[in-house]
Amino acid sequence: MADPLLIFDALLGVALIALAIAVLVVRDRFAMIVLFIIFGLMTALAWVRLSAPDVALAEAAIGTGLAGALMLKTLHHIRAAPAAPVPVSVGVVFANMGFCAMVFVGLAIAFMATSLEAPGLAPQVAQNIDASGVAHPVTAVLLNFRAYDTLMEVVVLLAAIIAVWMIERGIEQAPARHLGEIYRGFARLALPAIVVIGTYLLWVGAYAPGGAFQGGAALAAVGLLLLLSGLYRPQPAHRPIARLGFVLGIAVFASVALLVASGGRLPFEYPPAHAKTLILLIEGVVTISIAVTLAALFHGREPEAIPVSETRA
Amino acid sequence: MILDILALTLIALGAAFFVAGTIGLLRFPDTLCRLHALTKADGLGMGLTCLGVTLLAGSAGEIARILLIWFFVAASSAICGHLIARHVRRATDTEER
Repeated sequence: MADPLLIFDALLGVALIALAIAVLVVRDRFAMIVLFIIFGLMTALAWVRLSAPDVALAEAAIGTGLAGALMLKTLHHIRAAPAAPVPVSVGVVFANMGFCAMVFVGLAIAFMATSLEAPGLAPQVAQNIDASGVAHPVTAVLLNFRAYDTLMEVVVLLAAIIAVWMIERGIEQAPARHLGEIYRGFARLALPAIVVIGTYLLWVGAYAPGGAFQGGAALAAVGLLLLLSGLYRPQPAHRPIARLGFVLGIAVFASVALLVASGGRLPFEYPPAHAKTLILLIEGVVTISIAVTLAALFHGREPEAIPVSETRA
Repeated sequence: MILDILALTLIALGAAFFVAGTIGLLRFPDTLCRLHALTKADGLGMGLTCLGVTLLAGSAGEIARILLIWFFVAASSAICGHLIARHVRRATDTEER
């Protein structure tokens, strides 16, 4: 008798492939985005089945929730300024197919070359977890053992928001109409709860699934709610605060690394006695930066002065 | 044992309501009818599922979290239904003008 969950896993796998094909095949952009969101939710479920709740949380919060919101917002922008669809040349299509095939072959080779019995790095992580300052192996890896990679992930977000603020010109500056009084009431109800959940996700990352990216995504949802309900309107005067929010995480992260390095250690080699404090400090500021950056990405443009005549209620 | 059977019955009943809601979503003619089927059936399905899971929960903390999840999912699905209906009404208003 096979494991009954095997049937579920097989169905999940088939559904994932079917959804991936459907996302690419469907013609309507809105349907495409909705299918992609469902695909993300199913992927999160698959990560849960693979016993990777950290990845599942990140996939659900960032890969599905926020990415979906960003795509829907982009669709709104495109609809506001309709442009003739640019035909894609056959060469570009084939180049893309070639790149995808290369990624696929690379992954296949990597998978084939790895023996299934290989222990991986898990024993080394388990051996050194006491020196990392946290009890959860994923957080230990992300914020301590490979902190440099994590710093670069935050830099990617900063690069994205710089690009968005630079290129997003010429789109109407008048704020979109807010979603109504009932939605505002819901926002007032949900906002405090999301703040608690985001902070909890950050705090719990020390010993359970959670952490800066998941907490930051939850807190970014606060920004989305505020923007959609019209309770907050980005003003040009708020630009310095936003810029501070964007760079705060990277600045503190890098300063900690440099300070540690100045004490005769390697960068990111936190002294074990202070590792917990330093990791919590870094995670806290990185969470703020991620939240501010993601919310600003959703707004999609640098806040500029709006002439009174263009504002709508 | 009795508690387990009761919990499983409630969860199965909840799943049945989700299926009914989905059939309504697929079969009903326009958006408002679909919303009607989906929000009501899913709300009940969600409540029954949460009730069943609560019976299986181990501690008071877990029960409190399940109830919180139930509350926020119920609230957000009600708001979603409202927003979609509002959008539909506005869209049809502009067509008739």
